[in-house]
Amino acid sequence: MEPQTIIARRIAKELSPGMLVNLGIGIPTLVANYLPPGMQVFFQSENGLIGTGAPPEEGMAHPMLTDAAGRPVTALPGASTFDSAMSFGLIRGGHLDLTVLGGLQVDESGRLANWMIPGKMVPGMGGAMDLVSGAKKVIVAMQHTAKGASKIVKACTLPITSMRTVDLVVTELAVIAFPEGRAALLETGPGVPVAQVKAATEAELVIPAHVPEMTL
Amino acid sequence: MRTLPLERAAAMIPCGATLMIGGFMAVGTPERIVDELVRQNKRDLTVIANDTAMPGRGIGKLVEAKLLRKIIVSHIGLNPETQRQMMAGELEVELVPQGTLIERIRAGGHGLGGILTQTGLGTDAENGKQRIPVGGKDYLLETALRADFALVQAFLADYLGNLSYALTARNFNPLIAMAADTVIVCAENIVPVGVLPPDQVVTPAPIVDYLVANS
Repeated sequence: MEPQTIIARRIAKELSPGMLVNLGIGIPTLVANYLPPGMQVFFQSENGLIGTGAPPEEGMAHPMLTDAAGRPVTALPGASTFDSAMSFGLIRGGHLDLTVLGGLQVDESGRLANWMIPGKMVPGMGGAMDLVSGAKKVIVAMQHTAKGASKIVKACTLPITSMRTVDLVVTELAVIAFPEGRAALLETGPGVPVAQVKAATEAELVIPAHVPEMTL
Repeated sequence: MRTLPLERAAAMIPCGATLMIGGFMAVGTPERIVDELVRQNKRDLTVIANDTAMPGRGIGKLVEAKLLRKIIVSHIGLNPETQRQMMAGELEVELVPQGTLIERIRAGGHGLGGILTQTGLGTDAENGKQRIPVGGKDYLLETALRADFALVQAFLADYLGNLSYALTARNFNPLIAMAADTVIVCAENIVPVGVLPPDQVVTPAPIVDYLVANS
């Protein structure tokens, strides 16, 4: 299974009926593909939509119905639209149950860096700082390493997105939480030994005697 | 409210003006006014908007034509030309978290000096800003933004200037309409008074100064 698929399928297990959820660009977007059939979750696009649906069929795109990346989407029955102040009021005001975001680095206390690489990539933070600061639960969806280097680090070398620590990091190798400011290994990826996770992780992991494997 | 031909509406905007422009990745951006600003070569503009879209669309056209001196935006990631001009020192870029940016605009339009938010605390977005404790929690003071002109894209505008918006093309538009000295509106459809029921009016007519006529 592709790493992205493992990550998206595992995160889909964190969703429950009636939740208001914001999915970031990239792997997070894939999470919507793995919900149990018929489960109603409200997906928010921060450009002003609750009830974001799958991309439209060929020829059916509406130029004024898009996601936060400007791509055409559909609106599900029961959808609503609103302006950007309302959209970020939902995000900061404690109304958003869950956000799933991509990450560049997460440190061992759970701080996320995901908005710039100084001198190389300065896209702007967009809604990321508000989402991490304001959502009730924050899950980071990312591959465990980039070019062989661990993305779960002792201390972020990239500028952080928020002082607020994330709740969960899901990679193709591991599920990691951050109780009491320390990175704890909760689950391993399918067929992945604990030793492999340890070897691929720069941060110091708290590893219990028994670590279950992800169920997808 | 007055109705103006496109050419005269854009001609009111001097070089060096500060503009708020509606739109999110060019969805809900008044493309006709943007195109006319390029045609009339309005230079040294400061633009306050969510993003700079992508090359060839919306605010991306102002970037490509090198008409901008400064931008205050939340995202430039889909426009490589904006990033190039920023790195080359040709364009001043102030990056603001999106929720903070829209609240600074709202504050500017609602008679508030600024807002307090926890977004950005302890990050690069805090640089140069004041921390204010309220009820035992720290907040950043984010000051209000206003502009000389708001360039608004509506879906329906009636003959009086009442506006409604469509789907995700609403975004920054109703907020910027409150936060500028002069409000210029383009609409997908100009309709007779009465077509828009009172409950569907999002921006009330007295807010609008000029409606760009159909061409």
